[in-house]
Amino acid sequence: MEPLMAIGIGLLYATAIFLMLRRSIVKLVIGLMLLSNAANLLIFTTAGMTRGAPPLIPKGMTAPIGEVADPLPQAVVLTAIVIAFGVLAFAVVLIRRAYEIVKADDLDKMKDTDT
Amino acid sequence: MRPEVALPILLPLLSGAISLLFWRSRPMQRFIAVSGNIGLLVVSVWLFIATLSDDYITMQMGGWPAPFGITLIADMLSAVMVLMTAIIGLAIGIYSLATTGRGHEKFGYYPLMHLLLAGVAGGFLTGDIFNLYVWFEVMLVSSFALLILGGERPQMEGAIKYVTLNLLASVIFLTAIGLTYGTVGTLNMADIALRFDEVEHQGMLEVLAVMYMIAFGIKAAAFPLFFWLPASYHTPPVAVSALFAGLLTKVGVYALFRVFTLLFDQSMGYVQTILLWGAGFTMVTGVLGAAAQYEFRRILSFHIVSQIGYMILGLALYTPLAIAGGVFAVVHNIVVKTNLFLISGITHRLQGTYQLKKMGGLYRERPWLAVAFFISAFSLAGIPPLSGFFAKFVIVRAGIEAGAYVITAVALGVSLITLYSMVKIWNEVFWKSLPDDNEVPEETTPAGDDGRLVKPSLWMMYLPVVILALFSLLIGVFAEPVMQVMNHIGEQLFHPAGYIEAVLGEVAQSAAGEASP
Repeated sequence: MEPLMAIGIGLLYATAIFLMLRRSIVKLVIGLMLLSNAANLLIFTTAGMTRGAPPLIPKGMTAPIGEVADPLPQAVVLTAIVIAFGVLAFAVVLIRRAYEIVKADDLDKMKDTDT
Repeated sequence: MRPEVALPILLPLLSGAISLLFWRSRPMQRFIAVSGNIGLLVVSVWLFIATLSDDYITMQMGGWPAPFGITLIADMLSAVMVLMTAIIGLAIGIYSLATTGRGHEKFGYYPLMHLLLAGVAGGFLTGDIFNLYVWFEVMLVSSFALLILGGERPQMEGAIKYVTLNLLASVIFLTAIGLTYGTVGTLNMADIALRFDEVEHQGMLEVLAVMYMIAFGIKAAAFPLFFWLPASYHTPPVAVSALFAGLLTKVGVYALFRVFTLLFDQSMGYVQTILLWGAGFTMVTGVLGAAAQYEFRRILSFHIVSQIGYMILGLALYTPLAIAGGVFAVVHNIVVKTNLFLISGITHRLQGTYQLKKMGGLYRERPWLAVAFFISAFSLAGIPPLSGFFAKFVIVRAGIEAGAYVITAVALGVSLITLYSMVKIWNEVFWKSLPDDNEVPEETTPAGDDGRLVKPSLWMMYLPVVILALFSLLIGVFAEPVMQVMNHIGEQLFHPAGYIEAVLGEVAQSAAGEASP
């Protein structure tokens, strides 16, 4: 499972970077979305994948029995998803406003502040 | 239970929340903006005094013992950075009262300011690498919203670059965190530092070190990753510019200092070389970029980049004295750079422009403003007895002691060109007479105003400027006690064993030898 995930994540990163290098600001934001998803999947995978073993402690015991999935990366990913969601909502609003003001979906038209 | 560690985070969060409750009440928000930041200053002083007596103050959030829960830890460096945050926060809070237009106040300027301060303080105090990411995001989201308040075209264009590159840095940081967890199975920075020593594949650590360096390098605006900064920092309202200039890049620098003294101390060799080159190029490109500019705030933005080079140089030389010098440069720069931006706001209010060519004659009109600028600008250039001189003196001395003569020479040369830029501003804005074609408006209203004339309350703009200028002077005059604190920081960062023990306690020393859970 891990090699498959690794290839998938690599493709996601590559696609995201490719999109971010385009001139269109819409593609730029789609690239950012894919990038944060790729990072989340990466955290999920590097921590090791364990199937069908929820980290639950049986009644009356203080530690789970046998091998269980690591709950911490799940908590981390959950936090990261929420943060990415908020930030991307902002980015989407930003490109909309930028489009209204600059009237172009083209990063090359946004050079006024560089000179 | 040491509440002073958590209070610098909780208090601005609380101020922000209360401020949000009074969404429609402008006077109430303005009152909280000042009183909340005074409160932040009080708890920061408390924290600073506490760290003077006990070296490390820790607090385990939720009572979970160290490597499992989130740790808040204040060492000397954190305490000093939080103190500077509070000082700048208060200065900006007062200054904003006079410069923030009603249109901006209506859309949550003050709550965002508080949340930004909470994010910055949280970043300085956390001892958990993922928690550091979360505070970075709190800070970033607030800064995004502050940056586009008003929604003018240059702001939008600047914001797209700022948002994209900072989000890219965040994702690289997050990826590095994921790989760190996969490698050592912990997120507590002290615990990571212990377990990195036992990792078999050193190649993995090298990858991680470079990823952290790129992520924090973008946030700190180091060469060659600084392009977003001069493209965006001169676009928002001036109080926001000053706040960003003082604090945001310094959080990146702080993270570099923390990660490359605590986590990667054993593999500094090649990292040090990259940082050294990076520092040199950052200094040179920043200062040369500034030399070509004729817009007040753009010159200052390029100088932020240039000064970041000095701080990173302090880290790259990696001796206790050099680290002390680097932190001294951070402290000095926070005060001086914020003040220069605040002064640019006053000159804009007086003459209605940021273009140096159109300004002039302010030395005759406002001699005390000229003095405040003189102190800050010459401090930035490193003229004794101002704060900048001692920061550079310590770094240069550390450079010579370490035998790094070339980079020391570069640092000194960059000082000279910094002086050139500052003298250029002085000549254009204060010394030459006002050009004929500039009609100075009688009463300029703050940007984003709803049409009503606001009485220009200049004293609210002058007060923070005078205090920060005096502060820069005081750091220079009392350089000896300041330097003692800096040396203490240098020793603490150079010997991270104390930090690790403070977080993990006795338990960890024995547990470190066992296999990972």
